Amino acid sequence: MRYTITEKILLRHTREREIHPGKFVNAAVDLCLGNDITAPFAIEEFEKLNAKKVFDRRKVVLVPDHFTPSKDLKSANQAKRLADFAARYGIVNYFEVGRAGIEHVLLPELGLVLPGDLVIGADSHTCTYGALGAFSTGVGSTDLARAMATGECWFKVPESMKFVYHGRLKKWVGGKDLILHTIRDIGVDGALYKAMEFCGEIIERLPMDDRFAMANMAIEAGGKSGIFQPDALTLRFIKEIRTRPRKRIGQFLKSDPGSVYSQVREYDVSKLEPQVALPHLPSNVVPVGKAKSISIDQVVIGSCTNGRISDLRLAAKILKNKKVKSSTRLIVIPGTQKVYLQAVEEGLAKVFVEAGGVFLTPTCGPCLGGHCGILAEGERALATTNRNFVGRMGHLKSEVYLSNPAVAAASAVKGRIAHPDEVV
Amino acid sequence: MFGDDVNTDEIIPAQYLNTTDRSELARHCMEGIRKGFSEHTQRGDIIVAGKNFGCGSSREHAPIAIATCGISCVIAKSFARIFFRNSINIGLPIIESPEAAGKIRQGDHLAIDTGKGLIRNITRKESYAIEKYPPFMLKIITSGGLMGYTKKRKR
Repeated sequence: MRYTITEKILLRHTREREIHPGKFVNAAVDLCLGNDITAPFAIEEFEKLNAKKVFDRRKVVLVPDHFTPSKDLKSANQAKRLADFAARYGIVNYFEVGRAGIEHVLLPELGLVLPGDLVIGADSHTCTYGALGAFSTGVGSTDLARAMATGECWFKVPESMKFVYHGRLKKWVGGKDLILHTIRDIGVDGALYKAMEFCGEIIERLPMDDRFAMANMAIEAGGKSGIFQPDALTLRFIKEIRTRPRKRIGQFLKSDPGSVYSQVREYDVSKLEPQVALPHLPSNVVPVGKAKSISIDQVVIGSCTNGRISDLRLAAKILKNKKVKSSTRLIVIPGTQKVYLQAVEEGLAKVFVEAGGVFLTPTCGPCLGGHCGILAEGERALATTNRNFVGRMGHLKSEVYLSNPAVAAASAVKGRIAHPDEVV
Repeated sequence: MFGDDVNTDEIIPAQYLNTTDRSELARHCMEGIRKGFSEHTQRGDIIVAGKNFGCGSSREHAPIAIATCGISCVIAKSFARIFFRNSINIGLPIIESPEAAGKIRQGDHLAIDTGKGLIRNITRKESYAIEKYPPFMLKIITSGGLMGYTKKRKR
C-alpha cells in the first residue's frame, strides 16, 4: 500500500493491518487537550463514567486560555473546574494563568507535540500541530471525555488533498496570505472532512511560524487537518526546545510517492499580494490593494494563528517610530508567556506601547468575542485572527477583516486597511 | 429553515460559553442568526439547512443547545465535520441529504426513519431516500451516544 503521511500516522496508532479513506477506526492518542470552554463539559461526561483515573496523567493537557485571566464570575467558575480536575487526577500538563498562553502556541513551544504524533483537542484549531508533521484535529467535549478515560478516539480516515505552492514570495507575504489565498480558491467547505497536505518549493523554505499559521486555518476550509512533511526546519525547531519533556524527536514521516489524493491544487504565488478576508467568511478574500479605502476602528495582532514571536517582530518592524492613528485602537496579544517575555526583552513591547497600542497578557480574548477588545455596534476590526463570522468579535453589527501581522500593523498607523509599503 | 454555512458562533455566540447549564444554552440557541428562535421551538421540530452547517468552532454547546431546545433532528445539504461528530456523540440525529434539504419547505411535516433510510414529507407527499448510518456510527447512536458506547466497550 502507498500511504499519505496522514494515513501513515493514523495506521500506526491503530491495531488495524491496513487503512483507507472512509474506514472508521479507533486510534490511540498521544495527547488530548481541552480549554476553559470545552473541558467543563468533558469533565462532566468523564465523571459520569466513574473512571478512577485518566488514561495517562502526562497525556491530558488542560489550558484555560479563552476567557482568562477570568473575565467574569461564570468564567472564573469554569476555569476553576479545570484546576480542580487537574489537582484531583494529578494532571501534569495543566497550565495556570502566568505559566500558560494560547494553547496552540503553547504546546509546540513546550515540545508536547512531536512529528508523527496523533493529537486531538476540544478546540477546532487543534489542526495547528500539523505544522510539525503530526496528525492533529479538533473534536468535541464528549470525544475529549472518552479520550481522557481510555486514550482512544474514533476517526473516519480522511481523504487527502494536496496543495502545491510554486514561485517566490514577495515581501510582506507569508503563510497567512498563502492560506487565505487557498481558502478563497476552495471555499469554506472546500476541504470538508479532508486532510490538507501542504507542499512545494515555497513550503520547503517556509518558516515554522508561517507553517503554524497555515495549518491553523485548515479548519476554515472545512479541513479535518492540515499537515506538512517534517524536514530540517522542523528538526531545528524541536531541537531548540530546551524544556522538551520527551528526549525523542518524533517520527519524521513522508507521503509515499504515488499515494492517492482526492485532489491536487497547484499555485504559482510569485505575484501574490498580502491578502485580506472581508466580512463575513474567511473565503471572502481580496488582495490588500482592493480593501484600502476601508477605515478601521480596532486592530488586533495575536491569536493561535499569528501570536508568535515572528508575528510580533514583523508588526514591530512596521510600528517602530510610528503612531497608531488617533481614531484607531491597537491591541497586541503575545501567544504565550515566553513570547511575551521575548517581546519585552527584544524591545517589541516598547514599540507597541510607544506607538499608542496596548500590549496584553496572553489570551484568546477578542478573537472569539470573549473579552479584552469587544467591538461595539457598527465598529470594524482588522485582525490577524482566523474567523470573521457575523458578530465574531462582538456586536452582531460589527465587522472583522483578517490579514497578516504586517498589514495589520500598517493599517493601525493609517487608520484604514493599508499595504505595509505605504508605511515603511 | 436556514441557509448555507451557518456557523457555531451563530448557533451559540461565544458570550454564552461560560456555562454548562443546558437550559441556558438552549435559551440562546441560534441567537447569532435568528434572535428569539428558541421561544418558538417545540419538541419534535426539525432544523433544515444548506451546506456546511455547524462550521467554525468545536463547541459542543452548539448541538447541545439545539437538542435541548427541542429540536429532534437536523437535516442539511452537508455538515462541518466537528459539528457532525459532536451531534452523533451526544445522540442528536443528524442527516446529510442535499435532496431533502433542497425540497423541504418551512412548515412541512416530516416522518423520518433512519433505520429504513427514508424521510417522508407528509405535507408534500414526497419521500427522500437517505443514506443509512455506517455500522460504526450506528453503534454509537444505539448506545445513546459516545459515552454509552464507551461504557459498553469497557465491559
